[in-house]
Amino acid sequence: MIARHLVIAMVVLLIAVLALSSYAWHMRKTAVLPSAATDTRPLAPPVAGPTEQVTLFVAHDDSGTLRAEEARIPLPSGRQQRAEELLQTLLSLYLDKSSPHTLGAAAEIRSVFLVDPGIAVIDMNSAFADTHRSGILVEELTVTSLIHTISANTPGVYKVKILVDGKERDTLAGHADLSSFYDIGAVNQVAAQLQGQ
Amino acid sequence: MRSTKRLPQFALLFLCICATGVTGAPPQKHLSVYSVAANYSLPVVQREGRDYVGLLELLEPLGKVSAKSDNRGWRLRYNNIEGDFQTGKPRARVQGHDADLGAKFLVENNRGLVPVSALTALLPRFLGGPATLHEASGRLFIGSVATHFTVSLTADNPPRLVFHFTSPVNPIVATEPGALRMTFSREPLVSPASPTLTFGSKTIPSANYTEDNGTATVTVNSTIPVIASFSSDGRTVTVSPTSAPAPARAQITNPSGPANPVTPPPAPGAPTVASSPPVTASRRYFAVVDASHGGDDYGETLSNTLLEKDVTVALARSLRQELESRGIPTLVLRDSDANLSVDQRAIFANADRAAIYVALHAASSGHGVRVYTALLPVGSDDRGPFRSWTTAQRGSLPISQHTANAIASEMQKRQIPVRTLSAPLRPLNNLSGAAIAVELAPQGSDSSQLTAPDYQQLVTSAVATAIAASRDQLGASQ
Repeated sequence: MIARHLVIAMVVLLIAVLALSSYAWHMRKTAVLPSAATDTRPLAPPVAGPTEQVTLFVAHDDSGTLRAEEARIPLPSGRQQRAEELLQTLLSLYLDKSSPHTLGAAAEIRSVFLVDPGIAVIDMNSAFADTHRSGILVEELTVTSLIHTISANTPGVYKVKILVDGKERDTLAGHADLSSFYDIGAVNQVAAQLQGQ
Repeated sequence: MRSTKRLPQFALLFLCICATGVTGAPPQKHLSVYSVAANYSLPVVQREGRDYVGLLELLEPLGKVSAKSDNRGWRLRYNNIEGDFQTGKPRARVQGHDADLGAKFLVENNRGLVPVSALTALLPRFLGGPATLHEASGRLFIGSVATHFTVSLTADNPPRLVFHFTSPVNPIVATEPGALRMTFSREPLVSPASPTLTFGSKTIPSANYTEDNGTATVTVNSTIPVIASFSSDGRTVTVSPTSAPAPARAQITNPSGPANPVTPPPAPGAPTVASSPPVTASRRYFAVVDASHGGDDYGETLSNTLLEKDVTVALARSLRQELESRGIPTLVLRDSDANLSVDQRAIFANADRAAIYVALHAASSGHGVRVYTALLPVGSDDRGPFRSWTTAQRGSLPISQHTANAIASEMQKRQIPVRTLSAPLRPLNNLSGAAIAVELAPQGSDSSQLTAPDYQQLVTSAVATAIAASRDQLGASQ
């Protein structure tokens, strides 16, 4: 035999549970979900449209060489944006874990400027230089890969300057000179040497 | 009004600061060490009225040395010889034998300091050979390394004073009214039989030899303006009257030689470099060997315990030995852990008008040796007799490439994997003479091979052989 006062308590609790459930159901229906945080950063225009064939000059540390590799990538119509997209594609190869010539994970291209007559300025972020491995050959491979790729796919460029965080830097990682403008004719010769020609 | 009252106080303070700046601190005392392996200089500290020097730092350039400090004392190991030192004790034990230090042994920041006066007795225990100390002037000679000289006066009118040295010398030359002073900071020059030499000449009556704070100085007294010129690869210095009066107090840091009226080397970043030597220019070092990096610039970290800057110094010493054994006078630009900018390196090499500049590098990636010549950047145009600083190498690039190919050929004969490349590597493009860089990588995957004396010697002997074989072309190129 259950005591009377316990039965009364059970009934009261059951009524309270039902009432609260009903209130919660009602509130859920009327609640307004918070909107996602608004990203105010400008977005790069999506690269769409037909793909184009480009030649990337990819560094390989094991053999200490540059190898020409064909790729089909969508390219924007603007000359400067094309150059930037081209180098972004090259950099993404180097950021892959299985890359034949790894760069620091945070390495980025900040921007590429094409200035008439025939000057290209590649602005890299500081992580690109700060995390780069030191050594004449390993630095030369990176520099030549970037410059030769941009000049081979962007007609009319004959001088290239590499900046780091928008500023001039003496060397990439203690060896390759970044203080001067690179002459495309001279870089072409180095690229030929590094391709074993 | 209040500030006006304080003006005299500020003025007094300003004058005090100026006076302090003018008088300056007393010069730091140094101990210059001369040995077959290296010539270098160490700071001397004063403790309890005595001169002390760090023993580890003293032995480091001479061989493999390590030290550890524990509660039992300070223990040093040099090659296979062990020494035990107790802080505050005037005696040490080296290879089980007592050594008297003459004063307390001190440890500061884990650095073991020994009295300078004890070095004559202490060093032979570690080095197995004699050490001669000129204590008053802070000069230490390890082994038979001294450079001697003789002086003679010619019968010409006016007469010339000719110094003959037993090894090439590279003094700093300064002229002032009535005297020409040659200061030898890196040469183990020793006194002639008498420190004062008289010649019985009215124009050049005498010369004096003095030593002080790690340097030796020869002062030529004259009644007319004189200049010094160098010949015989730096073994002969001729002091002769100038045709025009000398400047009141001209000082020439002499790699270029005071007889050579070349414009001073450009300051870093200066746009031009003197293009061609005057007819009277003389070269004292055929080769300039540059141990790249140094000081705060470590170069590549080759392993947890190995830095590129240390490997390059060892390589430079080895290459100097190989070159000099083939009769090629050689200057090593960095023979200690010093900071040298690439501009300074180029200035030294250009001023010395060496026939070839060799920069040494080391790398953990790849295999064998890579020989580089300059990749010239876009530069400004040459102006008349002056060359653009950034493309000063342009005229010498063919001979640089010829030498690089000769080195590659020698490497192949020794079955060392080798490549020749152009590289955007300063200061190669700033040098007006032949210039190459040699980057040494291990033959296998083990970076420690870079420090193996056999491997280093194999490579440096190939470089030296190729340079010796190209000597005529290199000598004619400048």
